[in-house]
Amino acid sequence: MAEKVLIVDDDKAFLRILSERMQNRGMEVSTAESAAMALQLLEKESYDAVLLDLMMPEMGGLEALQIMRRKQPEIQVIFLTGHPSVSKGVEAMKLGAMDFIPKPVDMSELTEKIQAAKTRRMILVEKRALKKIKNIITKND
Amino acid sequence: MNTDAGMIGQAGLQFFGRMCTSISHDIKNVLAVVNENAGLLEDLCAMADRGKPIDLSRLKRLAADVKAQVRRGDGIVSGMNRFAHSVDSTLVRLDLVEVMELLKTLSLRFASMQGFAFRLTRPQDSATVTTAPFLLLHLLWLCLEQAIAAAGPGRTVELTAEKGVDGASLRFGRLEGLGNAPAASFPTEMASRLCRALNAEVRVDVQANEILVNIADLRE
Repeated sequence: MAEKVLIVDDDKAFLRILSERMQNRGMEVSTAESAAMALQLLEKESYDAVLLDLMMPEMGGLEALQIMRRKQPEIQVIFLTGHPSVSKGVEAMKLGAMDFIPKPVDMSELTEKIQAAKTRRMILVEKRALKKIKNIITKND
Repeated sequence: MNTDAGMIGQAGLQFFGRMCTSISHDIKNVLAVVNENAGLLEDLCAMADRGKPIDLSRLKRLAADVKAQVRRGDGIVSGMNRFAHSVDSTLVRLDLVEVMELLKTLSLRFASMQGFAFRLTRPQDSATVTTAPFLLLHLLWLCLEQAIAAAGPGRTVELTAEKGVDGASLRFGRLEGLGNAPAASFPTEMASRLCRALNAEVRVDVQANEILVNIADLRE
């Protein structure tokens, strides 16, 4: 099944071209030009991976990541940034980001990370489902 | 080091670094888009190798996209070049319209992050002043930060250059939130130091919703 990906970046040209390349690789892609728009999409959809720009107007990537993780704890966020710094990378990972990729993007690296994100998310979703079932069984016992 | 010159030098270096960081970020974004365009060309070639014909109109659009990014990058690099040259000479005869345009270019990323826009009003007579270009840009940047914090609901800062008797002035207008900021907070200590060095004056006019910078000619 195709990977379902959400790209969040305030650079419209980047958003358009990256999504086209990912679609050419068979992925199902949605785009958002702001963190607020991405959060709206996450109200009704879930994605295998979210590619998130670090620096965006109004709400930056780190703040958006925290809200996304509260909404969907299994969400897998990969930061894309033109400004990679060790401190920002560490902060992002501490807040629960899956990875941190510098721009310009290496497409094969990105594709691998998205596939890894999908696997990781599926495991987390299954674990949560198992936990739920376990709780129900324990209650019934 | 606690003199005006020492403090201005230190803060000036920080300002220069901040601008370089912002400009390099903008350039990286341009490169990222060009990189994706090149990648898409490779994708199309690979698809053609597998028998899917290349859509010529798609290629034309790609070429147009790359050209647009080159124009964008050129604007950023030209601004960076003008900014870097601002430290070349201590005193230069400056046209304030050019200064306003440079300020606008330098603040593109900042403006986009803060969600505000600039509107420039050119003077009828040329507004020129002999001054220290880098120090002036630093002072104007501090004013700009204050202006953005106080910009009104439309989030548009109006910049107007005017000719003065002994120099020129620059006005940051439409600052409807100016009255909400603590009156004593601006000009800051650094802005005041820069004013002394530049023989300039910053006036915050809450009634008129504006910050006015009067810049007198400096002499050797």
